[in-house]
Amino acid sequence: MLARLGLEPGDEEFYAEQLSGILAHIDRLQELDTDAIPPTAQVVEVANTLREDVPRPGLDQADALANAPSAVDGFFRVPAIQEET
Amino acid sequence: MTDLTNLTELTIKEAARMLRLRAFSAAELVTAHAERIERLDHRVKAFLRFTPELWEKQAEEADRRIARGDLGPLVGIPMAVKDVLCVRGVEATAGSRILSGFKPPYTGTAVSRLFAAGAVMLGVTNCDEFAMGSSTENSGYHPTHNPWDLDRVPGGSSGGSAAAVAAGEAMIALGTDTGGSIRQPAALCGVVGMKPTYGRVSRYGLIAFASSLDQIGPFTRSVEDAAVVLEAMAGHDPLDATSSNRPNDVLHDFDAGVKGLRLGVPREYYDVEGIEPGVKAAIDKAIKSLREAGAEIVDVTLPHTDYGLAAYYIIAPAECSSNLARFDGVRYGFCQDGQNITESYERTRRKGFGTEVRRRVMLGTYALSSGYYDAYYLKAQKVRTLIKRDFDTAFEKCDAIISATSPTVAFPIGSKTQDPLSMYLCDVLTLGGNLAGLPGISVPCGMTEERLPVGLQVLAPQWREDVALRVARAYEVASGVKAEVASIPSPLGGEG
Repeated sequence: MLARLGLEPGDEEFYAEQLSGILAHIDRLQELDTDAIPPTAQVVEVANTLREDVPRPGLDQADALANAPSAVDGFFRVPAIQEET
Repeated sequence: MTDLTNLTELTIKEAARMLRLRAFSAAELVTAHAERIERLDHRVKAFLRFTPELWEKQAEEADRRIARGDLGPLVGIPMAVKDVLCVRGVEATAGSRILSGFKPPYTGTAVSRLFAAGAVMLGVTNCDEFAMGSSTENSGYHPTHNPWDLDRVPGGSSGGSAAAVAAGEAMIALGTDTGGSIRQPAALCGVVGMKPTYGRVSRYGLIAFASSLDQIGPFTRSVEDAAVVLEAMAGHDPLDATSSNRPNDVLHDFDAGVKGLRLGVPREYYDVEGIEPGVKAAIDKAIKSLREAGAEIVDVTLPHTDYGLAAYYIIAPAECSSNLARFDGVRYGFCQDGQNITESYERTRRKGFGTEVRRRVMLGTYALSSGYYDAYYLKAQKVRTLIKRDFDTAFEKCDAIISATSPTVAFPIGSKTQDPLSMYLCDVLTLGGNLAGLPGISVPCGMTEERLPVGLQVLAPQWREDVALRVARAYEVASGVKAEVASIPSPLGGEG
């Protein structure tokens, strides 16, 4: 599942009921005729904001790894991504 | 040596004047707040953690600045910071277990600007997890209690910040407002809370909830204080491409009054479903007071108000489901190991996220999924256009819009937690301002018979914080209603 929420038994029923109520409210949007209306993704007028393409310092490796639950040799450590064959 | 108990009731302006007169030092001012926190916060629970090393160092530096004759309005002023704003080395968790232990490697722009202006950080305030909620009950740590009635919620999501200012535990608290998360708790706690125009304050260092709606803003106990804090943190920042380089003269015409201004009362807001009689009575009185001060009160309409909540509860969860994908237990925060990477992600997110966050991630991924995208997300974005146009049309007839901030006063803890939709309805008068990117402020406008605060909301056109502040200031002067520090009865008798 896209959201990777790790649902457990019973969760589906719990959320299904609440989400149905919320979606029933949301369905009122279908009452509006919006065929001729453009969508708004960004509410204030901002043109593409560019900056000079010059290198600048970023996070150093120690800072970037400082919060990692598990780090080794300058890398984040994660469980195996592929099974051994 | 001054009596330290009264120092926690001053406004920023009063405190700054007295610091300059050497009536007390910045170190004494921060100590007075630390003592009040020590005495009361185990009952209010506004804070999640404290930063004594920072406040000692910053107060010392403030006293040095004052000794040098620095007249900055925020030098030495004690400040609390919502748990969604990054401060280098200070644990920031967004009210969530999934970020427990996370110490940001940098400080966000709004906070660093206030540090540069001399503010002194007391600690980190509680909030709904990832700022999702209207009561602070969704915090992964503990609920916060309303200083005016400890059995009630402070509002949310920035409930800890609002409660800290209302309880006299801080002079400034920073919050964030995505659908009303500054204005609604300000109303419920009887303090001033301001959400700036989208883009006025840099979001760099803000743990994102819904990026097209989030804005950082201040809680204070006077309108002028809010303006001063906003002025110090606003302005363009190369680290947030949506931040604006427009002139930042928010105190323009601050004391000009409302004579000659047209204030719009949207009928859909005035008669909103579920508005409590006590709230309506307070708003009627506020309208009368503004009319007597010389404002022209005009009837306006926001015809798509009934669709605002529905559009918001597509757009905000959609953006949150994307923003929260980064919390996977690999780079920071809580991690629950699994047999493989997928299991590790799922276990981490299963244990790390609370119920409301999970609900919104589900709603958001659903609204964005193929087959539903047009019906939900695209539709909501189109309705957002209609809501924005409603405001554009209304502002042709008026200079600012006034209404209640929240249809209800603070409600009892636990009374809405089982019914998410009823909780969502808390924001019905505020979320339009986020969808349209408007600046808005909530100012105290009296108490109901049960001694619970009511807030008056002023919304202005984009980039017109000056108008919102001017109207709020005029109301404060005309009505004589001021944000007060709540006195908290001690369980052993006496006042706190």
